Amino acid sequence: MTGHHHHGAPALPAEPARQVPAWRLLLTLAVAGGASGALVVTVYRLTLPAVQRFAGQQVESAVREVLKSPARWDTLYLIGGKLVAIAPDASDKRELPQAYVGRNAAGAPIGAAITAKEPGFQEELSLMIGFDPASGTLTGIKVLEEKETPGLGDKIETDSGFGAQFRERVAPLHGIKGRSPAASDEVQTITGATISSRAVIRIINNALARWRPLLLAYDKQAARPPSWCPARRPRRR
Amino acid sequence: MPGAPPPAPLIQDLWRGISRENPVVIQMLGMCPTMAVTNLVANGIAMGLATTFVLVGSGIFVSLFRRHIANEVRITSYILIIATFVTLADMILAATFPVISKALGPFMPLIVANCLLLGRAEAFAAKVKVTRALVDGLGMGLGFTLSLTVLSTLRELLGRGTLLGQPVLGAGYEPWVFMVLPPGGFFALGLLLLAVTWVRGRRARRSPAR
Repeated sequence: MTGHHHHGAPALPAEPARQVPAWRLLLTLAVAGGASGALVVTVYRLTLPAVQRFAGQQVESAVREVLKSPARWDTLYLIGGKLVAIAPDASDKRELPQAYVGRNAAGAPIGAAITAKEPGFQEELSLMIGFDPASGTLTGIKVLEEKETPGLGDKIETDSGFGAQFRERVAPLHGIKGRSPAASDEVQTITGATISSRAVIRIINNALARWRPLLLAYDKQAARPPSWCPARRPRRR
Repeated sequence: MPGAPPPAPLIQDLWRGISRENPVVIQMLGMCPTMAVTNLVANGIAMGLATTFVLVGSGIFVSLFRRHIANEVRITSYILIIATFVTLADMILAATFPVISKALGPFMPLIVANCLLLGRAEAFAAKVKVTRALVDGLGMGLGFTLSLTVLSTLRELLGRGTLLGQPVLGAGYEPWVFMVLPPGGFFALGLLLLAVTWVRGRRARRSPAR
């Protein structure tokens, strides 16, 4: 390389003579990567409690809303197609699908709440759904997350009249247009947000079809006295 | 150092990003977040401040290690530094302002792809002392925040009749929903660029010597 200088134009600046050895390049990236990883992991661990607290609060207020202020609720975890009251390992509890069984002050079940997520008009739409597993009657719903069109599709969340319709309705629901609901399984869709409204109805119907049998099966196998089935409740005379 | 920025007082390093070299209205960089998150003032400000944090943080580190990072691995190193700060900003925002963090969604991690960041690292921070890199990052970040704030104010006000979620234009106002939708973003940016170009044109005509 240096030999060129004797024959070529000497006025040209020479190539940078300093050739950085490969190990130094590797070292630079290794140190940078290690430092970056350490920093990210540290901050992740520092912020995790706050992030989880917020997620917990979101779920808590939604359960309260859709079950109409239960005195307390039990969390059930879905493992291997069955609901259990105690998750085997506390560390991965959050990842499991969960159902919340609301109870009144006397401890009797007043309904169950579950979250369901499916595509809406634009992106995934997530709902908290409160219902009575035995009859399929809804106690309330709440939109947890939506990214529908502002001013149109997002009315499924912002239009309180739409959400209020779902109380005391019996799944599977049917969306209707242009008239007031007559039957107990009818819900009026929002003008200009028909697709988003139908997505809410579809999510509720699918979620109840999936969760009702699970909750009823759990109730049957549970030894404890409270039951979803009114017939099995102890009668007082 | 070849192509090093000429020496300048710190106040000029700061002011440059806000005015003459504003990232959005002059350099036209970072258009993706600019369009995506300016539908609400709170989102616009949050994105601006998060980007400022990343600009300052990455500027400091790029400048600090400028003599240790070999030319061959500089882009990789800069992107690594930028990505680290973006991840930190994302996590800190999620822990402190979860509602805004949710609203910004994927655009928070996507700051890493904002060419403003790699641009400042390569063109400025890698060639100057730490204080200048810091001040430049701050100036560029504030310029970015300012543009996003102006745009989101226009869009939220017309599109929803509110500012920072508070009703401003009254119940009688029929919101132009169009303004908070993506086309409204392009429309609002067009108006802003028109205004900036007009002002600059007037200024140039008045002092042709400059």
